[in-house]
Amino acid sequence: MLEIIGQVDKIVGPVVHARGVEKAKMLDLVEVGEFHLVGEIVKLDGDRAVIQVYEDTTGLAPGTNIYSAGVPLSVELGPGLIGTIYDGIQRPLEKIRDTSDQYIQKGIHVAALDREKRWLFTPSLAVGDDVTGGEVAGTVQETELIEHRVLVPPTVNGKVTWVAEEGEYSIADVVAKTENAEGECFEVNLHQRWPVRRGRPTGKRIPLSIPLITGQRVIDTLFPVAKGGTVVVPGGFGTGKTMTQHALAKWSDADIVVYIGCGERGNEMTDVLIEFPKLVDPRTKRPIMERTIMIANTSNMPVAAREASIYTGITIAEYYRDQGYHVAIMADSTSRWAEALRELSGRMEEMPADEGYPAYLPTRLAEFYERAGMFETLEGKEGSISIVGSVSPPGGDFSEPVTQHSKRFVRCMWALDRQLANARHYPAISWLDSYSEYVDEISGWWQERSGGEWGELRRRIMDLLQQEGKFQQVVKLVGPDVLPDTQRIVLETCTLFKNAFLQQNSFDKIDMYCTPEKQIKMLQVILEFYDRGVEVIRKGANIHQLKKLEVYSDILRIKFAVRNDEIEKIDKIRDKLGRSMERIADMFD
Amino acid sequence: MADRNIREGREYIGIASISGPLVAIKGIHNVGYNELAEVVDSNGHIRLGMILESSEKAAVIQVFEGTSGLSVPETRVRFKGEPLHFGAGAEILGRVFNGLGQPIDDGPVPLAEKRMDVNGLPINPTAREYPKEFIQTGISAIDGMNTLVRGQKLPVFSGTGLPHNRLVAQITRQAKLIGEDTQFAVVFAAMGIKHDVARYFIRNFEESGVLEKVVLFLNLADDPSVERLVTPRTALTAAEFLAFDMNMHVLVILTDMTNYCESLREISTIREEIPSRKGYPGYLYSDLSMIYERAGMVKGIEGSITQMPILTMPNDDISHPVPDLSGYITEGQIVLERELDQRNIYPPIAGLPSLSRLMKDGIGEGMTREDHAHVASQLFAAYSHVKDVRALAAVIGEEELTPLDKIYLEFGERFEREFLSQDEYEDRSITETLDIGWQVMSTLPKEELYRISEEEIAKYYGKE
Repeated sequence: MLEIIGQVDKIVGPVVHARGVEKAKMLDLVEVGEFHLVGEIVKLDGDRAVIQVYEDTTGLAPGTNIYSAGVPLSVELGPGLIGTIYDGIQRPLEKIRDTSDQYIQKGIHVAALDREKRWLFTPSLAVGDDVTGGEVAGTVQETELIEHRVLVPPTVNGKVTWVAEEGEYSIADVVAKTENAEGECFEVNLHQRWPVRRGRPTGKRIPLSIPLITGQRVIDTLFPVAKGGTVVVPGGFGTGKTMTQHALAKWSDADIVVYIGCGERGNEMTDVLIEFPKLVDPRTKRPIMERTIMIANTSNMPVAAREASIYTGITIAEYYRDQGYHVAIMADSTSRWAEALRELSGRMEEMPADEGYPAYLPTRLAEFYERAGMFETLEGKEGSISIVGSVSPPGGDFSEPVTQHSKRFVRCMWALDRQLANARHYPAISWLDSYSEYVDEISGWWQERSGGEWGELRRRIMDLLQQEGKFQQVVKLVGPDVLPDTQRIVLETCTLFKNAFLQQNSFDKIDMYCTPEKQIKMLQVILEFYDRGVEVIRKGANIHQLKKLEVYSDILRIKFAVRNDEIEKIDKIRDKLGRSMERIADMFD
Repeated sequence: MADRNIREGREYIGIASISGPLVAIKGIHNVGYNELAEVVDSNGHIRLGMILESSEKAAVIQVFEGTSGLSVPETRVRFKGEPLHFGAGAEILGRVFNGLGQPIDDGPVPLAEKRMDVNGLPINPTAREYPKEFIQTGISAIDGMNTLVRGQKLPVFSGTGLPHNRLVAQITRQAKLIGEDTQFAVVFAAMGIKHDVARYFIRNFEESGVLEKVVLFLNLADDPSVERLVTPRTALTAAEFLAFDMNMHVLVILTDMTNYCESLREISTIREEIPSRKGYPGYLYSDLSMIYERAGMVKGIEGSITQMPILTMPNDDISHPVPDLSGYITEGQIVLERELDQRNIYPPIAGLPSLSRLMKDGIGEGMTREDHAHVASQLFAAYSHVKDVRALAAVIGEEELTPLDKIYLEFGERFEREFLSQDEYEDRSITETLDIGWQVMSTLPKEELYRISEEEIAKYYGKE
């Protein structure tokens, strides 16, 4: 299959220039030199080609051969993806480890999906059925949680001429055959391949209306994201980007999570590998590993594979979307991906734009984020992809190109704040700089669950936070004592809201995940504290009396003390609050 | 391959051009990228170099020892056909090498049990063991609030004139695992530091009697700057041998990473590459990660590599590319603050911007003490409020503060004087550290300790 298509002419880091290239297409997958390093053709000029190589090029010499099978960089899609950890070009890291020591040697070729493993396949087609691409040919129980729907590849159509019987098959086996009107015959395997740089075909887009529940209060209540939405999470180092991404991967209510560790720390991926199998999803009661796929291209792995890792991840996500699942992608961090683009662009001596990034950076970002959305699948089901991309701005300065361009193509931003992180207020999502354009679209879902109250609760607390921001400026100049108690109650309510609600401990067994119902009740109590507080202050009480109330610390401890399945306890705290306030009021009547 | 082996013996006379530390050569056989070359001057002196760019019958070589004295017609070049290797063995302990891994202490060349490519390879994330063994440094600010664990990479972000050397020396003297006596070693890589700084560390190793457990790689300020680019790599190769082949727990000190980055910028500029921020090359992040990521623990292997790089922030600016990109790769940072130093507080570890990312798994019951996480979190929160109050007091005067805020000021003072501050030779146990933390926190009323559980308050609050 592999043919020699040319020779190496020059090596500049991960970029290889080739000569004598005649039979090659743009974006063809190639193997370079005596080690057969994997690469991709990114530029063609006469008989010369530029190749970006996904492995370390040390020792590669000019004059050695370049091989190609004439196919683009693709991923293998089929049962066995879930629970696996891949590198940027879909090589399974656990299999690589079986073949060598603790290091990733170069020139290793391992198939993405296990060829030996047999899966119980249940057909859902019958001979004589008319099929087109995207239809379900049958199912395989991939994990306890996920029924893998084996799809007819988008390129296949016609009448079914043969279907495999229910039974155990390996992923290379044929499970159905078709023939179309032109007499073309097709085979449907248990797995298929798809080029990573091309989106998979799908039906029409559906307007977004369901929130992606994350169990993180500041996100769900203040800055929610819809299923099929896109979010960008910018933050300097140490502000908790990865922590936020991990929390989302653990607790968001997507069916499938694709976690892309793009140019980040090795230990962070190890952390995921150790922790996820132990964590149980609150909804399905199954280990969350049974819905997670990981792409790990750590910072010290070759830079070109980092560029590819984002595409590998989203193509896998699209495959599950086409099966009718809601998929969430965590891309940590898109800045490293952009930097990989910059490095490759620089080595190819392209003209730079802002801060050395190539001029096509915004185009690439837009292409990536536009692969998100809620879609009708080719079979008529609903499937979605939500993307949460973190950004690591140099010096924490959000005016840099990656943050700025990303903001143009997403509709929600969770801005991580250095000051909050320094005070160890996590998640350090700033309530003044963040925004979500999805609030209106998903408010229907919340209204239903809160007896129509949610919109008003959210609006009021946002309003108080805005007021607090203004009062704080005064406080910074003259101290809090000069404010009247009717204004100090705003400050105190917001402090309570920040400590009792916004701050969430992801290591606490109870606090790590908060159901929407508990969030609503907590919000109600805090706003009741404000309303009743204003009432008694008008009657003559002072702010210190309110802070000394025992129920004040009860509210602070709701998040640790009240489990998600006993939220009626919050009603009791609310009653106690009412009684305490009445007692104060009585003193002034 | 056979063909290449024959050619490796060849020597080429005459080069095409010299520019700074770079030598271009033409009319050669095809040589591999990143491989080693020997450049011989007219006096027969051999200098090592690395191939930065390889093309048909031509190459660009970066000469580690500099190019002074080289001439275009008389220079001879031999290609080794492999990247720079370091001959590692048990005998390297207690020895001194230059940045290229050649001994410079007048001793014999140590016996090489294993020849290792200094560039290293990425560790497979599935082979890593997640670091979580608490290392007690005896320094409250680190143990209590920014805990170091075995296999972590925790840099010290410092500034010129700040006592980072004293701090790191104290850590190397005192660092230990509670209740364990294990094989340890220190690998010390000096990049562009002054002779007296190197001597300070060596004397310190001597005093604490660990010199025979130390491997030194010295590239001092007056040594060729290009050699700095391989110094950390050679040092980490030695560390990998000691950790993963000899099962030792290795502490690697890299100082000063800022000098390393300067050298990288120098080469990049000479090669006319497109710069990103402040003239540093766009691949600075990738390059640094290939150094920092060579830390950690591996499943099934006893040893570990803990990295403590030191870097000086130019102009004390933490957003400068060198500290900034380092912070994105390392697992936290210990930041030194000039203001604390000027107030004569040692160690001047900044309370808020310092961070240890691996702390969460290394502390708590069975490892340190059950209240550790909450104490640390509460100290951070309270100290952060102190900073706000001080800013306010600077505007309105201390007199105008609320009674509670005045208590906070007192807390802040005690925190800095009693908790942060300690003697250079004072080795505090973790229990002492936490107890001091509680004493300081007891300045505040109980209601303010909202990150601490009621049981912990009952157990520790107000106890002397």
